[in-house]
Amino acid sequence: MIEVTINGGRRRVDVEPDTPLLFVLRDTLGMTGTKYGCGIAACGACTVMMDGQAVRSCQLPIDSIGGAKIQTIDAIEEDDVGRRVVEAWVDLQVPQCGYCQSGQVMAATALLKETPQPTDDDIAAAMTNLCRCGTYNMIADAIRKAAG
Amino acid sequence: MDTRSIENGATTLSRRSFLGASAGVFVLGAVLPMRKGFAQAQGAAEGPAAIAAKPGTKVSAFLEIHPDNSIKLLSPFVEGGQGISTGMAQTVGEELDVDPARFVVECAPPGPDYALVNGIRMTGGSYSTRSSYPVMRQLGATARDMFLRAGAARLKVQVEELSTEDGVVIHAASGRKLTYGELAAEAFQLKPAENVPLRDEKSFRYIRKPFPRLDVRDKSTGRARYSIDQHVDGMLFAAVVHAPFFGTEPQSIANEAEAKAMPGVHQVHKLPGAVAVTANSWWRARKAVEALDVTWSEPKPTGLDTIAADFSSDAMLEGLRSNTAKGLSAEEEGDADTAMKNAAKVIEADYHAPYLSHAQMEPPSALAQFAADGSLDVWLPNQMPELFQKVAADTAGLKPEQVRIHSPILGGFFGRHFVYGPANPFPQAILLAKATGRPVKVVWSREEEFLNDALRPLSHTSFRAALDADGNVTAITARTVGEGPLGRYFGVGPVDSSAVEGIVEKPYAIPNRRMEYVKLAHPVNIAFWRSVGHSMNDFFYEGFLDEVALAGGHDPFEYRMKLVEKSQRHKTLLETVAKLSGGWKRGPYEAEGGKRARGVALASPFGSETATIAEVSLDGDGVRVHNLWIAFDPGSIVNPAIVKAQVQSAAALGLSAALVEQVVYGKGVRRDQNYDTYQILTREMMPKVLVEIVESGAPMGGVGEPGLPGVPPAVVNAVAALTGKRVRSLPLANTSLTGA
Ligand code: FES
Ligand code: FES
Repeated sequence: MIEVTINGGRRRVDVEPDTPLLFVLRDTLGMTGTKYGCGIAACGACTVMMDGQAVRSCQLPIDSIGGAKIQTIDAIEEDDVGRRVVEAWVDLQVPQCGYCQSGQVMAATALLKETPQPTDDDIAAAMTNLCRCGTYNMIADAIRKAAG
Repeated sequence: MDTRSIENGATTLSRRSFLGASAGVFVLGAVLPMRKGFAQAQGAAEGPAAIAAKPGTKVSAFLEIHPDNSIKLLSPFVEGGQGISTGMAQTVGEELDVDPARFVVECAPPGPDYALVNGIRMTGGSYSTRSSYPVMRQLGATARDMFLRAGAARLKVQVEELSTEDGVVIHAASGRKLTYGELAAEAFQLKPAENVPLRDEKSFRYIRKPFPRLDVRDKSTGRARYSIDQHVDGMLFAAVVHAPFFGTEPQSIANEAEAKAMPGVHQVHKLPGAVAVTANSWWRARKAVEALDVTWSEPKPTGLDTIAADFSSDAMLEGLRSNTAKGLSAEEEGDADTAMKNAAKVIEADYHAPYLSHAQMEPPSALAQFAADGSLDVWLPNQMPELFQKVAADTAGLKPEQVRIHSPILGGFFGRHFVYGPANPFPQAILLAKATGRPVKVVWSREEEFLNDALRPLSHTSFRAALDADGNVTAITARTVGEGPLGRYFGVGPVDSSAVEGIVEKPYAIPNRRMEYVKLAHPVNIAFWRSVGHSMNDFFYEGFLDEVALAGGHDPFEYRMKLVEKSQRHKTLLETVAKLSGGWKRGPYEAEGGKRARGVALASPFGSETATIAEVSLDGDGVRVHNLWIAFDPGSIVNPAIVKAQVQSAAALGLSAALVEQVVYGKGVRRDQNYDTYQILTREMMPKVLVEIVESGAPMGGVGEPGLPGVPPAVVNAVAALTGKRVRSLPLANTSLTGA
């Protein structure tokens, strides 16, 4: 049994220690808001926050998390910054197919926690998640809006 | 010994035959291409349209209105980000008199009522809105009339005394009110009236308004559920590894016992062209399946269902280029040969474009569950529920009516989710559910997806043009060699419109034209890909037209203006895009960060018209696109915000294809297996995109795809303006722009 803190709750899971957090979330815990896109940390669909930092959970072995706090998209509206990001996403109608957007919202929330007033360069540096629907400009606009 | 060999169904999965028996039903009456328009098909005397009541007329097939006055709309179309669910709610809500925000929209199960695209049902070809718009308006009006009549009966008043307001029937004289929910049971008993009058367009409250999309909050909070997220109790997860060479089969597995002993593993399976592991989590299934030591049959020579170990995309391209077969006429006007003979100058050029993956962000998956009575539920990404139902039934050995198809929203599609034989995971899920006696969800790893996706075909076109002494073009000829998905999957031919669209039916007044097509089948599994043939052909034609203009000493923009002189629609678009970009200038000119230049292109995809201008500079050896300006005329629209978002999204995909994308085959296999090497457009490459909608009032055209085709040629034409270098193949990343 491995214990992790997810969205404020302690969860015990019976998985191999090298299991990526992504599949613990999706398969073991049934938390499917976090998406599988590439499995090699190339797309960002699986982004969660670990102690407030954006991490790609497909490359995060469950046994490396220790006492760090994991936040996922499922509880994003319970986070002050996350809620603002979601509202901006809704206001500007960012998602199209939506599949990448869990990861985009998490990456944006992590960025704004660290840098409340990001410059365009900050946005470019932090927001490297792929979007096949090409919503990049809307995402940047929504981040600026959420920053206020 | 524990391996369950699942051979049944293998033969029905051959990609050459999958549409043989099943799709014949769906393509009666040459429903594609559908330029003939929607009205004709409504009266179809044969085919599925004739089996049931006229599609789109049975109110209860589309609307569920509950006692609490909540409303579910069963949509004929699947939502994949194109906004169709919201558009449907706006259209029906306008006439039904219900705020679209109160609709829950779901993709309807298979059924003849939903065959709204010229007698068939599919989501694709940018047909959804334009094919269904009049029918869905009428459906809303018909339903509203039923609520009025039910209200009149209940209140014992005349219908004329009643009005409606957002799902409530009102008797103003007495102040009495009844919700649609309260009246639903009675209303749905009534016989629908014919020809219920529609609202005056001037009084529209929802149609033509930038109504917010209904699914945006769920998609911003992880609550939206895609196929890959489906779950049923007792479900096993399955991961697969496909044969390395297309058309080979698993023969033996050396370490099956070890794999079976891995944690969580349920079973090891052989499938047609693949091996699979079922387990209690997908990660465990994947680890085990990738640990299998499989002996595969020897690759056969390259054929229709097989790819040999020496196949390469370069050799395939060479085959297209060197082909000398006589072409079929795709378009002929005047006398091109004589014009060539009398020309003051003849120019010629060859263009080609690579295979492309869909690379939609959601990896393909399917969940299959047999019920106790032997019937089957399948959750799967699909753009054509009835066809998938038929193929699923064949795979399971059931009748179609024993198969329930569930169509969750799509995590991007771009043409990925038609029936493509071995490129669909649902037959695997069905076979595995049968073998294990449990529900099974198959998910393809991203690597399996890149190796097995059906591809936008590689294509090659050679052009010639004749110029007179004044540098005006008197003739153009084109020879396209390749294959399109309409020919392969829908039997369209002998000239496959999906192979030549964008090269034929251009708006230019060039008196002598001869466009020909040679079909050369790909061994590769080919696919529809956003904007289909237009995705490359408009690049070919518009690139060459730039060359023609320049060879004649003309500015490419001015020359296009001249060639469309007699078409007000195209002139307006060119003027609009020029204005949008601050006035046409080709450049190069100095701008912030260095020299820039612009290119222009026209395209006429899917009943809509676009004019595109791109602005580029050089960035190292590559191209940076700063701005895309797009004037877009789909005739008329339902939701301007959705239209703009779709045009931007299509433009991004077009830019991706222009700059970086390609599927490369070497030694019989694809080179790239994931996003680390299969490049797609990143945020860094994304330009500003400005879209202006022009509503010319022409018949409604498509929206989801037409933003794409103008982008690659506009970019390449801008690169030519900047560097003097004419790029005739994509992606641009293959060409050095600064060096030799
Ligand atoms: S799934 Fe983790 S980065 Fe793509
Ligand atoms: S919204 Fe479709 S991939 Fe980003």
